[in-house]
Amino acid sequence: MSKWDDVKEQITESEVWKSIFRHGYDDTPRNRILMVSGNVWLHLHPSKVRRHATRLRFTWCMGGITFLMFLVTVITGVYLMFYYRPTAEYAYADMKYLEFDMPFGMLMRNMHRWAAHAMVIAVWLHMFRVFLTGSYKPPREFNWVVGVILLVLTLLLSFTGYLLPWDQLSIWAVTVGSNMGRATPILGHEGPGHELIPGLNNVYDARAFLFGGGEIGPHTLLRFYILHCIFIPLVASLFMAVHFWRIRRDGFSGPAL
Amino acid sequence: MATPLKAIPGPGKRIEVPIKKATGPGDDKIHTWPHLVRNEFLIACAMMILLIVWSLLVDAPLEEPANPTRTPNPSKAPWYFLGLQEMLVFFDPWHAGVVLPTFIIVGLMVIPYLDINPKGNGYYCWKDRKWEITTFIVGFHILWVSLIIIGTFLRGPGWNWFWFWEKWDPHKVEALTNVDLPFLLGVRDETMATIVGALIVGGYFVVGYAAFYALCRGVKGAEFPDFIERWGWARFGLTGFLFLNMWAVVAKMMMRHLLNIKYIMVLKTPYFSINI
Ligand code: HEM
Repeated sequence: MSKWDDVKEQITESEVWKSIFRHGYDDTPRNRILMVSGNVWLHLHPSKVRRHATRLRFTWCMGGITFLMFLVTVITGVYLMFYYRPTAEYAYADMKYLEFDMPFGMLMRNMHRWAAHAMVIAVWLHMFRVFLTGSYKPPREFNWVVGVILLVLTLLLSFTGYLLPWDQLSIWAVTVGSNMGRATPILGHEGPGHELIPGLNNVYDARAFLFGGGEIGPHTLLRFYILHCIFIPLVASLFMAVHFWRIRRDGFSGPAL
Repeated sequence: MATPLKAIPGPGKRIEVPIKKATGPGDDKIHTWPHLVRNEFLIACAMMILLIVWSLLVDAPLEEPANPTRTPNPSKAPWYFLGLQEMLVFFDPWHAGVVLPTFIIVGLMVIPYLDINPKGNGYYCWKDRKWEITTFIVGFHILWVSLIIIGTFLRGPGWNWFWFWEKWDPHKVEALTNVDLPFLLGVRDETMATIVGALIVGGYFVVGYAAFYALCRGVKGAEFPDFIERWGWARFGLTGFLFLNMWAVVAKMMMRHLLNIKYIMVLKTPYFSINI
């Protein structure tokens, strides 16, 4: 036995190593199953799957790519949060600052932005794939509903993030995108039936509730920041947990054998 | 179906479980590690390389600082909402911005409960699901995506239409010649116009439901009575409603583009007003 194998054995047989890694790496059926069931992350999967479910031409891997893009935005987003201050005085300056002064700042910002766009496209394609394979049919009806909720949350995540750079592009895009809040039937001060709630006006209606005032301002920035960085990611994570759990319970869809 | 006690095989023998059969036996299963995990890992690597290269080459946009007193022309929503912004051309904000998105979201959510076709569950097939797939492609790819493309590339200052090769001219003026449909039909009295408009909208749904019924009949042929009993009138009604609303969007867009029609029905009351 060479010196190297000696050292290797000493390490892998040590108490500390064994307390962390419960099984060896030999390619045995038992180990293949343990690799998945003994690992908290891989345990999202069942230890065995139907053959066609591993094929790219069946899933397009679009659900997986959506999830990957979500993880990228979480990690790059946390990095950006260390530098970004959600106030009208600083927000824009911080965007400039992270471009020039922050290590890898611009790369992190670009990755955050493009991953968010990619996530929107991937989630649409994922939905299209699930539709084409009829995977929403029993017993997966409810997971499709959970999926539609995730789709809406994905769009809202992107939309609330759009405001944060606090430049011309962001405030006007969000203004245009939220204007229909004013026109909400009954709850918006310009919507049909707004007369039914006395006292609705520009600073007291559905849109003002979202903005924290009559138009986009510092209060809106803080609201969108909290929605974008805390509230919607949390809610989306909860729904993703349900989504994945259901896929695991129902098994992967596929042709009857 | 209860299994007689005698038929249960002894230890070590395979027990047939009929319920499992319906969801597929586990025969074609393979190990997740390495078969699935390997694919996922490779795709994740490829995607990360793509994303990093893209991010090194193209910077995220950052314009001038926010200035609430200077409205850019055109002001556009984020690209994934441009389909809705484009609909503002054809419908009032409460309709384009609130009612239609609600129909889209709810409509998507109820798909699994409306579609009771047991075929095509878990595999690609066109033959057994022609109508379902066509409807989805019209609604999603043609309506939603093409409106996004129009909103992104073909709408310039003043939300005026500019072809790809045209320069965005901020001074382009388009004559506002839009009229309401009852006016076009020669109705000048306001109350009469509301009544005529309401009749047209109602008539669209009556005729539409009849056509939808005929379509279902034609598609199902001799199976139709059997089918409609399984499907039920509630499902028929809701599917028809969503279906007709989708086509109504197309119809209204056509009327505006071809005939410059603004509203089909204008209803004003002291309490609320609804224009469709
Ligand atoms: C944040 C958004 C979403 C994430 C991260 C996500 C993730 C996933 C993943 C990883 C899978 C496994 C199979 C695959 O990769 O295709 C899956 C399956 C599934 N997804 Fe999603 N999804 C999302 C949104 C949606 C949407 C919008 C829908 C439909 C409207 C949907 C419906 C389904 C269904 C029904 C399955 C089971 C498919 C089968 O068994 O063949 N999901 N999802």
